[in-house]
Amino acid sequence: MNSRLAAITLNTFREAVRDRVLYNLIIFALLLVASAPLFGEISIGLEKLILVNVGLSAISIFGIIIAIFIGIGLVSKEIEKRTLYTILSRPVRRWEFVTGKYLGLLLTLVVNTAFMTIGFFAALLIATRTFTRDDAGLLVAIYFIILQFFIVTAITLLFSSFSSPVFSAIFAFALFVIGTFAEDLRNFANLAEGLTKWLAIAAAWLVPNVSSLNVIAQVAHAEHISGKLVLFNTLYALLYSTAAIAVAVLIFERRNLK
Amino acid sequence: MRAPAIEIQGLSKSYAVGFVRKTLKPALQPLHLSVEDGETFGFLGPNGAGKTTTLKLLMGIIFPTSGSARILGRDFHDPDVKKQIGFLPEQPYFYDYLSAPELLDYYAQLCGVPSEERRKKIPALLERVGLSDAGKTQLRKFSKGMLQRAGIAQAIIHDPKVVFLDEPMSGLDPLGRREIRELIHELKAQGKTVFFSTHILSDAEALCDRVAVIHKGELRGIGVVEDLRSKTAVKSEVVWQGSHALASVGPLVSESHTTGEIVRAAVATQDLDMLLEKLRQNHAQIISVTPVHGTLEDYFLIHTSESEKARA
Amino acid sequence: MKPRSNSTIVAVAVLVLAFVGALLSLSQVDQVKGKQATLEEVLYIPSGKTLKKLSLGYNSLLADIYWTRAVQYFGHKHQEEELHYELLNPLLDITTDLDPHLIIAYEFGSIFLSQPSPAGAGEPDKAVALVEKGIRANPDYWRLYFTLGYIHYFDRKDYKAAREAFQTGSEKPGAYFWMKVMAAEMAQHAGETSFAEEIWKRLYESTQDQMVKDNAQQHLTALSVEKLIDELNKRVEFFRQKTGQLPSSWYDLIRAGLLRGIPIDTAKNPLKLMPDGSIQVADPAKIPFLTKGVPPGWKKPKPHEPQ
Repeated sequence: MNSRLAAITLNTFREAVRDRVLYNLIIFALLLVASAPLFGEISIGLEKLILVNVGLSAISIFGIIIAIFIGIGLVSKEIEKRTLYTILSRPVRRWEFVTGKYLGLLLTLVVNTAFMTIGFFAALLIATRTFTRDDAGLLVAIYFIILQFFIVTAITLLFSSFSSPVFSAIFAFALFVIGTFAEDLRNFANLAEGLTKWLAIAAAWLVPNVSSLNVIAQVAHAEHISGKLVLFNTLYALLYSTAAIAVAVLIFERRNLK
Repeated sequence: MRAPAIEIQGLSKSYAVGFVRKTLKPALQPLHLSVEDGETFGFLGPNGAGKTTTLKLLMGIIFPTSGSARILGRDFHDPDVKKQIGFLPEQPYFYDYLSAPELLDYYAQLCGVPSEERRKKIPALLERVGLSDAGKTQLRKFSKGMLQRAGIAQAIIHDPKVVFLDEPMSGLDPLGRREIRELIHELKAQGKTVFFSTHILSDAEALCDRVAVIHKGELRGIGVVEDLRSKTAVKSEVVWQGSHALASVGPLVSESHTTGEIVRAAVATQDLDMLLEKLRQNHAQIISVTPVHGTLEDYFLIHTSESEKARA
Repeated sequence: MKPRSNSTIVAVAVLVLAFVGALLSLSQVDQVKGKQATLEEVLYIPSGKTLKKLSLGYNSLLADIYWTRAVQYFGHKHQEEELHYELLNPLLDITTDLDPHLIIAYEFGSIFLSQPSPAGAGEPDKAVALVEKGIRANPDYWRLYFTLGYIHYFDRKDYKAAREAFQTGSEKPGAYFWMKVMAAEMAQHAGETSFAEEIWKRLYESTQDQMVKDNAQQHLTALSVEKLIDELNKRVEFFRQKTGQLPSSWYDLIRAGLLRGIPIDTAKNPLKLMPDGSIQVADPAKIPFLTKGVPPGWKKPKPHEPQ
């Protein structure tokens, strides 16, 4: 990999770590530990179900919050502190800067998720005392959650390449929420007519379809996730993120940085 | 004859202001300037004159409305040229979660300095800028002076031929300023071209070979420091005994101090002879006559006054 | 001077290729999942009431979303002529928990929940439960009583309950006059074709949902054909009594002055006179909901099978 790109990626990762982002893991662990006694109150069969739901949802929510809140600052902080000026005075291309920041945050999220997964499986082991083959499905769910991070981080970076941190957070979050209902948008398009129909269709395809990346309910009920779904979801997440980053690069390359 | 290190060819920048009807507000009028290899060049002007705008244009932080520039003979946007230049922006913060060695390592990596070289150069450089004691302390704990030194360090870690500094002394105490001045002297001794902007004229006088004065986005004057100074050596200081004579020479002198019978006054050079004549007529005893060297400040003030017409 | 154009070209190319690729992958994802997969989660939601609490005041919007999903789900299954609509009731239940005043959900839901499959889910008891839930939340809305009466009449054949529903509904504000009429006539004419016709007609007139309207129309069409068959049966019987024989074809009846022309059904096909005197329609597939005149043992082919 391009050594400048690697340097920026690792530096972004280092910044997140030293910024004590990873401390959220402590809150996550506390959450799991605190809710553990509740499982004992409910019948044995549902224990695992609730733990899986809570655990996976927490991993997803924490990650998305981190993705957005760090994502909006990736570019704006460097402008504010004028560190970006020193970067641009070097043979660093603007696209390398944007992409490096993206990859750095992704790396942070993956590492964060890895730790959370360990904690999650530990809690699972304590609650159910054994692992079954179905638990492999849990790993697929976590993999999909990471794919969601790819998308959310990319759109956050896209917005922050031209708008202020606050608005970037709002837009990114809104787009994520709409993306959760992308299938309903398409249903709505089927029922609508004329201009509304076309707008709904355009929106439904443009918006990141994160709903298909959420299989928490399915794995909680030990349903099997097909390999094809894994393949196409992976392709979708990677390609959509790439497209979003390409737009971010195009915008950023033209920006007069004050 | 070698090509100039820096050639600014009509760079200009205007900003569109206004919400509905956009008007163009010029921040920098087309600038023509060149800096020779090995020169230390001062870019002077009051705040808001366009000094930082010029530097940002050269670094590719903002894009020019017109014109271009060449650095070391190549187009200023060429990424390879950036390996040969270093930049210290105004009042920077840097990555405050890094330590000084980590900072330099990162920046050196971005310039493609191989790791062997980095390992050797970084401690030496930290020593030179007086930061070797900082060790693993994160930059967020650095004082202003230490930050400035770190800033110069990152600007030269990759041994560039041309160094750009934007207000390198700002916010420093006299000790800090002296340290930075010494560093710039060293860069000069190494044969590097140094281009720095400042509004502290004494620094420019002390360090620069040539200076340019910029005001309201326009270049108002440019030349060798000595020449500019002598253009304004228009005063003489006269000391005499006989305070009674002051009244008769009143209109000729611009300032005067009286201590007992001794008067010290400044007079325009063209009026010197008339003053001396008058003093003799009044039986004052002339003690000394000293021509006062013009200062860069005078030149500066003249060329940044409101009534100055655009430079021909 | 703006940044180099070759990096722009690369970025635009990457953008276009990546985005197109993303859309292609997405359509594959849809195919693999099948449209219903997201809906399966519906079964996992503990209850609509919990969801309402979670929705933080946006329950009305969420209700609309679930309503749209219910309609899509039903429409899709309907097209495929599926026999089971397991998710319809849960979806409607959640929708009405989220927004108890979404009348259309009760109306649509009850009609399609109660009708026998493949036209509906064939769960009249659940349909009754749904409408009664709607009545509890909207006690003065007369149309819900009409819907309730409809279910009792057609799918549960409980004429007493149907009459009570019509009666109560007729007293609510804004009720159409025929509610009272129907309640009154129920005692005498329950079970008759003309009564059924009346109900379908009123449903057709008063509903705002297109699917319900179409469904009512189809029932009315079927009833008109049944009425025609009844009338023709009478004339065949008359002929038999007069001549002591069954007519061999329509021409016998025409020659006997009992018919003016070959009778045709609403699908513009001539009706068939069978050797045993019964009457059949030529193509039952074109006239859904027909209960008379269908050749015995005839089964409706599945939508994708050849006729």
